[in-house]
Amino acid sequence: MWEIGLAHYLTVAAILFTIGIFGIFLNRKNVIIILMSVELILLAVNINLVAFSWALKDLVGQIFAMFVLTVAAAEAAIGLAILVIYFRNRGSIAVEDVNVMKG
Amino acid sequence: MILQALAFYLFAFIAVAAAVMVVTARNPVHSVLFLVLTFFNAAGLFVLTGAEFLAMILVIVYVGAVAVLFLFVVMMLDINFVELREGFQRYLPVGGLIAAILLGEIVFVGGIWAVAPEVKGALTEKVPEDSALTNTEMLGRLLYTKYIYLFQLAGMVLFVAMVGAIVLTLRQRPGVRKQKIGEQVRRRREETVELKQVRPGEGV
Repeated sequence: MWEIGLAHYLTVAAILFTIGIFGIFLNRKNVIIILMSVELILLAVNINLVAFSWALKDLVGQIFAMFVLTVAAAEAAIGLAILVIYFRNRGSIAVEDVNVMKG
Repeated sequence: MILQALAFYLFAFIAVAAAVMVVTARNPVHSVLFLVLTFFNAAGLFVLTGAEFLAMILVIVYVGAVAVLFLFVVMMLDINFVELREGFQRYLPVGGLIAAILLGEIVFVGGIWAVAPEVKGALTEKVPEDSALTNTEMLGRLLYTKYIYLFQLAGMVLFVAMVGAIVLTLRQRPGVRKQKIGEQVRRRREETVELKQVRPGEGV
């Protein structure tokens, strides 16, 4: 209980990951919350990488977490830009309205 | 040791609770603020594992940039969020079911999982036991030597994302009067000023 090991961190990461997946299902209509859920999922991945880096006493995990962070930031910027132009064109951000390319 | 455990449980509990609030909050602005809280506590967890540099990067990049970006977008777009929350109850059971299945699977995998003995030999960047270097220094020495190409590539990714975001959201609106320095300087008196002789009693 008072000895914090790798399993504790992995548990927190697993719970955060699940909450992220849950959020995507729960807010099926709101793209903004879906993007935030994706950020939560990436945060869970980062916690895993850092926890393993700490447990195995190896620095590569932290380097990789940094790259994940970079990609997450780029993804958030592009996603929100797409969201803004989508709202400008359609006046809505509901996922169900995204059907222009439907055959 | 007990202090570390207490700090871990505090950070972990607040992070998980805030993450739950992110996906269930009624107001998206509150969602963004809870996301900030989650990231702060995750940074606390990173500090506990000794990854101080990543913790600070998390606070600066996520809290300082990404969360503010989300906040901008949420407040800039005039969205009817009540409408978007329709079907929240409807998706709750199936979402909960899938989340429970996923968590169960992760727990199963975690339960039988162990580090293979070969892994210990395959580690390439061992942290020296009695190093005087800080975490930031060690990361920097690694990042700027062995992983320099990946580092440059990460910079390219960010650059492309920046250009992409600008190109996507830039728009030319018709009928907006902007300064055109070249044309303004090139104007001559002859093109713009016309002298008219106006006779008294007649008008132009």
